[in-house]
Amino acid sequence: MSNQEKEPMFSAKNIKLFTTPLGRDNPITMQVLGICSALAVTVKLKPAFVMALSVIAVIAISNVVISVMRKFIPDRIRIIVQLVVIATLVILVDQVLKAYAFEVSKQLSVFVGLIITNCIIMGRLEAFALANKPWPSFIDGLGNGAGYGLILVIVAFFREFLGSGTIYGYPVMEKLGLYAAGYENNGMMILPPMALIVVGLMIWVQRSRDRSLIEKN
Amino acid sequence: MENLLNIFVKSIFVDNMIFAYFLGMCSYLAVSKTVKTSMGLGLAVIFVLLITVPVNFLIEKYLLKKGALIWLGNGFGDVDLSFLTFIVFIAVIAAIVQLVEMIIEKFSSSLYNSLGIFLPLIAVNCAILGASLFMQEREYANLGEATVFGLGSGVGWLLAIVGIAAIREKLKYSNVPDPLKGLGITFIITGLMAIGFMGFMGINL
Repeated sequence: MSNQEKEPMFSAKNIKLFTTPLGRDNPITMQVLGICSALAVTVKLKPAFVMALSVIAVIAISNVVISVMRKFIPDRIRIIVQLVVIATLVILVDQVLKAYAFEVSKQLSVFVGLIITNCIIMGRLEAFALANKPWPSFIDGLGNGAGYGLILVIVAFFREFLGSGTIYGYPVMEKLGLYAAGYENNGMMILPPMALIVVGLMIWVQRSRDRSLIEKN
Repeated sequence: MENLLNIFVKSIFVDNMIFAYFLGMCSYLAVSKTVKTSMGLGLAVIFVLLITVPVNFLIEKYLLKKGALIWLGNGFGDVDLSFLTFIVFIAVIAAIVQLVEMIIEKFSSSLYNSLGIFLPLIAVNCAILGASLFMQEREYANLGEATVFGLGSGVGWLLAIVGIAAIREKLKYSNVPDPLKGLGITFIITGLMAIGFMGFMGINL
């Protein structure tokens, strides 16, 4: 949340709006937003991809909608208005998933619904869409959604690769013949705690490479 | 009675909101710097869960489920409003949080002073909506089970946030590698705590 003040109006530099959330200002590793639903869907790559796409869609569209309405929303009830907009979009996403990707939608279970309370979305609406024009808001939404998706996919990659020995369902380890050589899958990676530890390690790597990001207590 | 106790213990230890499902992580990470504030937030979460889960249970049972509207007359037997679940649940939660805040402010100013600042935060806490959605998915049979599940989830959440806050208070005196400071080490400790909680897996009373 703290880096919102530092972000000036980049309306001319839209590309930067898109790229900073991918790295330096990543919603998960830097802004600490949206972790709630991020980790539970990262056991396999496929649900992680679907979740990332859903979040990108919801965040980009809701950013535009709120940005268009920003002059008409009374300040006192803006949270409710935002929730209604987000909830409507999430219902749409949920129905689309149920219609076209039923299995994945079953795997994601309650976590599609939890996109509503994903703090990234509320955070971006509050911090960006309420003060900016629709087009930059759209780019900002795409960037933050993509930054979130990136972490999700990386975590899911490691967890699926080390935990089940597959990548996107393709049995890599088996094809390499490693099981015959005595390799065992690390069953620990599939369990929930490892998601937290993998993210912790990613934060460690990111901050040792860019030491200006280190927190001072 | 045994059944209720089972749900209670399970929702605290086995299906812990934070360690098993990562729900409410945002406020868990942001507000866990001292034990005192995390206690306040934890109590507020218990309070809100205790009210919203049963209310959403009733709404689900008598309004949203397929065939739930049959009490209006035979013609309504086929109505299936379940696609409205998300928006109704979140509206109910936001409204109840607002209501609770006003009631507390009116009747107990000391409680308001300790919980008050956290209540608006709670409306968008994933653990609250998550508990309602889990309640729906697991199809608890009656109001009692749903209430106990809400209470248990809240207690589990309080346990987790107070635990991490206590550890983080002590952590100030330890020598953590610079890039891991703050967020990184908190994630890893939460992971370790979650591994500890996995020891409870499979408990059945």
